[in-house]
Amino acid sequence: MVNTKVDLCGITLDNPIIPASGTFGFGYEFAELYDINILGTFSFKGTTKEPRFGNPTPRIAECSSGMINAVGLQNPGVEKVISEELPKLKKCFDKKVMANVSGFSVDEYAYTCEKLDKCEQVGWLEVNISCPNVHGGGMSFGTDPEAAYEVTKAVKSVTKKPVILKLSPNVTDIVAIAKACEKGGADGISLINTMLGMRIDLNRKKPIIANKMGGFSGKAIFPVAVRMVYQVSSAVDVPVIGMGGVSCADDVIEMMLAGATAVEVGAQNLVDPFACKTIIEELPKAMEKYRIENLKDIIGAAHNG
Amino acid sequence: MKQSLFQITENVHLTENVMRMRLKGDTNAITASGQFINIKLDGLFLRRPISVCDCEGDTVTIIYKVVGKGTEQMSKMSSGTLDILTGLGNGYDTSLSGEKPLLIGGGVGVPPMYLLAKKLIGEGKDVSVILGFNTKNEVFYEEEFKALGCKVGVTTVDGSHGTKGFVTALMENTDYTYTFCCGPEPMLKAVFNTSKTSGQYSFEERMGCGFGACMGCSCKTVTGYKRICKEGPVLCKEEILW
Repeated sequence: MVNTKVDLCGITLDNPIIPASGTFGFGYEFAELYDINILGTFSFKGTTKEPRFGNPTPRIAECSSGMINAVGLQNPGVEKVISEELPKLKKCFDKKVMANVSGFSVDEYAYTCEKLDKCEQVGWLEVNISCPNVHGGGMSFGTDPEAAYEVTKAVKSVTKKPVILKLSPNVTDIVAIAKACEKGGADGISLINTMLGMRIDLNRKKPIIANKMGGFSGKAIFPVAVRMVYQVSSAVDVPVIGMGGVSCADDVIEMMLAGATAVEVGAQNLVDPFACKTIIEELPKAMEKYRIENLKDIIGAAHNG
Repeated sequence: MKQSLFQITENVHLTENVMRMRLKGDTNAITASGQFINIKLDGLFLRRPISVCDCEGDTVTIIYKVVGKGTEQMSKMSSGTLDILTGLGNGYDTSLSGEKPLLIGGGVGVPPMYLLAKKLIGEGKDVSVILGFNTKNEVFYEEEFKALGCKVGVTTVDGSHGTKGFVTALMENTDYTYTFCCGPEPMLKAVFNTSKTSGQYSFEERMGCGFGACMGCSCKTVTGYKRICKEGPVLCKEEILW
């Protein structure tokens, strides 16, 4: 009998599988399909202080083994998330959920996190300093170590819940950003958010996406994600959540060997709504195949020797 | 929504680049006309959303235009199975139609009107249909709508078949209590402005998931933000913001 349990910042997960923010809504769409309590947890839709419609459409473009999105943080705002979405979620999810937070200033991040800190359902705060699809916010905090430090410190001062900083791969030195977050008091690091990309419509001779650029995700980015998880996990002492192109149980094991304590699954949920369920069911078989008894024992094993 | 495998039982040309595919499988999740299915294709990342043209017993009929990589791949399939999500979108509400509904379809906006017409005829309604195409060679399903018992008018932009002009050319002389419409956005807008009644209009947008998870296809309406794939693709006239 294999053991898939891992510890993420003091909370035990039955397994390391976490649907990534923006690909799982607030959970209940998927709860119609399967019992989402089988998940380790999930990261809910990126939430901001004010409600946001997001970017104009088209927001989606197909790529080889992946997709580009430029949704732009559409969400009902933190007040409604707390008063409407979380009570709905409570009916179908008994576990602690990961609250994903974004903002346009240090104060906004702190405001939203302080509100979510009061929610008993929330286990972790995943602070997104890496959204490539909004101007003057999001990613700009995740591409400058000083700004990343400031956001982390501000958020840490308003919550006792574990704070996980979600990083952008669109930087020259991701280790510097991760270290700045750790210095600011981060309890964990999650990476990678999407990579900046673009597709152009050959008939219209214009970018497909209305916002021109968007975030590239899906299977194609997996090797980049594994590399960055490897680099960051060897440079920081806090747990790392690996994500980026994960689509099967083998990918989960690879991410963990690279140094991930838990693994988020993103774009794959959109093309296969049962992706996470399938991965969770296949994980024990994959562990047996690779002679792994305790999943937590392999975290970062690729760094040895 | 349901995910299941469907067997391709037919895939034939209706015009040079419009094809009809029939699929056999579990159709239980399809509950209304105007809904769509989302098809997984080998080697392509995103599924391809296609509206339901007909659903009878265990067979779903779709009609699609070959325009990109996905539909081109579909056009070459003569047998085999497809992984499909069914029962997506809200679909048309026939309870609002009154006694004389008018159904207007343009190009590949015609297919969803077929199942809708079938339902309305089944409810004993007096159904008029206007089908709009660019030219004679692109016309399809005129006879099929007549066979259902609908009054059918056809327009072509170049006048090579039926009435010359856009679908709106036939609206004035039609007696109707309600408008159902599906087609390219300029046509929806023209019908919206010409129609003297309330109605339901079906929209399309590039989609990520097709089942409400990604917010890729959101639009603004009078009653708030809606996802074309989930609270749409059918919007009531009164809530549409152009």
